[in-house]
Amino acid sequence: MARLTWRPARLVKVREETASARTLVFDVPGWPGHLPGQHVDVRLTADDGYTARRSYSLAGPDGVELTVQRVDDGEVSPYLTEVMRPGDELEVRGPVGGWFVWRPANPAPVLLVAGGAGVVPLMAMLRARRASRSATPFRLVYSVRSPEQLYYADELAAPDPGVDVSVVYTRTAPDGEARPAGRLTAADLGPSGEADCYVCGPTGFVEAAAGLLLELGHDPARVRTERFGPTGE
Amino acid sequence: MGIISRGFQGRRRGDDERLPPGQYLTEDFPVLSAGPTPRVPLDRWEFTIDTEGGQVHRWNWQELRALPSETPTVDIHCVTTWSKLDTRWQGVSLDVLFEDVETAAEYALVHSYGGYTTNLPLEDLLDGKAWIAYRYDGEELEPRHGGPARLLVPHLYFWKSAKWVRGIRLLNEDWPGFWETAGYHDYGDPWREQRYEGD
Repeated sequence: MARLTWRPARLVKVREETASARTLVFDVPGWPGHLPGQHVDVRLTADDGYTARRSYSLAGPDGVELTVQRVDDGEVSPYLTEVMRPGDELEVRGPVGGWFVWRPANPAPVLLVAGGAGVVPLMAMLRARRASRSATPFRLVYSVRSPEQLYYADELAAPDPGVDVSVVYTRTAPDGEARPAGRLTAADLGPSGEADCYVCGPTGFVEAAAGLLLELGHDPARVRTERFGPTGE
Repeated sequence: MGIISRGFQGRRRGDDERLPPGQYLTEDFPVLSAGPTPRVPLDRWEFTIDTEGGQVHRWNWQELRALPSETPTVDIHCVTTWSKLDTRWQGVSLDVLFEDVETAAEYALVHSYGGYTTNLPLEDLLDGKAWIAYRYDGEELEPRHGGPARLLVPHLYFWKSAKWVRGIRLLNEDWPGFWETAGYHDYGDPWREQRYEGD
């Protein structure tokens, strides 16, 4: 395999997803392409040469598109979400990660389970499904605290044949929501037949959700997980 | 110098000489693993060393815990760029476990409950460089951090410190493990920033 090289990435477009998260679309000449679920390393360099580096999941099936949640005491995310403007540059290296990926040629039904910002790589899978005109059945169960925290709200609300999206609100449900606010349960994930399962979110969420999937009888070998963020517990 | 990101200040921190290139300090203990956390009942737990000649050395939980232990305080470095300094562990040095193992093998393939594998040269497990750890920060090691026991090899990126460790196979040839097959570096020295294949 060739060495992964750092490539200049110029910010071309920004979309606000929530009050504290935004999507950044970069132009990266020579980007080799990637599979949905993979991530990139991002490197920022200050004018005195100081650098900081982080990994972010790719949000789309093509090109370099990231959705970044601002961490208030963070070093990199406040820059990406508040300071960076179209035309500004950083460097990326990737794609990275060959395990937490969905391949459009795989016909097995897919169950995606997202906790908060963990929806990003799963959204890349949903978008790749659409882009490849795949008929593979997808189900997304997306757990968020409140409606204000929902990423990609309009896109997820739009009809997408073969894709079933349910949002689980853990603290505050919107008016008219039948399910009362509360933590993810087995009932939210079932009934489910055999599926390739992808679980992404903060550690506590991934632990709980993966445990529920095993309770429901899913094969541990078909449950792939990706965790990020501090444990915070 | 690479491309400069306009307006990026960053946050310079102390302790830089203890941070490998490209790493940042965290006070938390983030978790990274590829699948569900395996639950291993202690009465069925065992740890094995299989030699290239087919000999199997085996310890159950009581036997492991009865061995002399050490309490290393070490810095750990994750390939996802966090580092955590002065982490406190308790476990059995692999020098103790290898005391009666006769081998001429150069490579080790570490395998875990749940199916995870990782590879490293045998010499990186010996001479006080690696432990089978079962306590962290004064507590029994939690399942999500690799309990009941995990490998601890702090001088390499932390994916080499296999959680839920079940055994070590000794091999005459290098056999890439889980992440090593998925594009990560075969050796993984944080000080040489060997993150990905080809670094």
